[in-house]
Amino acid sequence: MGVSIKNDTKLRVGLLGGEPWSTKMRDRIRDWLGVKGINCYGSSEMYGPMFTECSEQDGIHVWGDIAYAEVLDQETGERVAPGERGELVLTMLQKEALPMIRYRVGDITEINTEPCPCGRTHPRIRRIFGRVDDMLIIRGINVFPSQVEHTLMSIPEVGDHFEIVVDRKGALDTMLVRVELKKEAFTDNIIQLMELRERIAYRLRGALNIGAAVELVEPDTLQRFEGKAKRVVDRREI
Amino acid sequence: MYEKYRIKQLSIFSENRPGRLAALAKAMMEEDVNIYAFSIAEGAGYGVIRALVDHPEKAFKRLSSMGVTVRYTDVLAVEMEDRPGGLYGAVGALAEAGINIEYSYAYSGKRCAVLILRVEDPDAAAERLLEKGARLLEISQFT
Ligand SMILES: [Zn+2]
Repeated sequence: MGVSIKNDTKLRVGLLGGEPWSTKMRDRIRDWLGVKGINCYGSSEMYGPMFTECSEQDGIHVWGDIAYAEVLDQETGERVAPGERGELVLTMLQKEALPMIRYRVGDITEINTEPCPCGRTHPRIRRIFGRVDDMLIIRGINVFPSQVEHTLMSIPEVGDHFEIVVDRKGALDTMLVRVELKKEAFTDNIIQLMELRERIAYRLRGALNIGAAVELVEPDTLQRFEGKAKRVVDRREI
Repeated sequence: MYEKYRIKQLSIFSENRPGRLAALAKAMMEEDVNIYAFSIAEGAGYGVIRALVDHPEKAFKRLSSMGVTVRYTDVLAVEMEDRPGGLYGAVGALAEAGINIEYSYAYSGKRCAVLILRVEDPDAAAERLLEKGARLLEISQFT
């Protein structure tokens, strides 16, 4: 409708949450919309969205007097060291009608106990890396769709939308990542397109520690989602 | 001065799925666009369709409006005699001129056969081909 959020509105800050997102995405929101994206975190079982980043944009402050946050190893259930990744467990310290004790929200993150440059000393959680139930185990390796997303976002020729197809051939799991080629990245030179595919596969292997096949698809052809995206098709039969 | 020999080929990014080519061909029919020649280069799971048509701009507009990923690529169109030895005549001139071909396809038109060439530097290639006595189609023949 010809309205530019960046130039025609006074919107400057957005509290964004609900879905894992990357620093790259935050930078793009800033560049395109002129909006400073403040990561926000919560769940309806707590009080809804309640914790946010500060102006430093470096981790979400958990108000330590309201909530006690722990990060556990998913397999052993033991607490991991600060900075290590695991499953977030929250205990609400002032909730009365519906007590929540070591509640498994289901999100994967890391805790940072260092004081923030803003002066606050509450622990911070780093960004949400994914959901416990999003995690795929492919050939014994844990893979999060968010890792695929972050890798793809660093490759300018492809878009934001992707699909992961997991299948099993014989005894071996296979992983296929389908990603939309950007219109402006299309070239008539088929060798360059093949090189792009190889580059994406190489980057994915580096990020995931597992080989994935890559398929380039036409722009605007993968399914769009409102709310939480479902990007995984798991065809393996158990 | 060699610009007039740069023929606007349509290059289309297309997934390999049933009905895709038919949908593109139907759109060309509806636009009353005649396809002189086309080729499909096969990638992995996708293809690049290359087409030479009589009205490239009309075709481009329609395809874009359908959301198709399409772009122009400059190619040269070399006339060949439509008889045994015709291809040799055209390719021989290329070899002498030391021109490397990225890809090529051909069609047999009403008046003559045409060899379509994608080369790195179409202007330099056109110059050398003309020097060797080749006849090139001009862009005015595709409007
Ligand atoms: Zn802070």
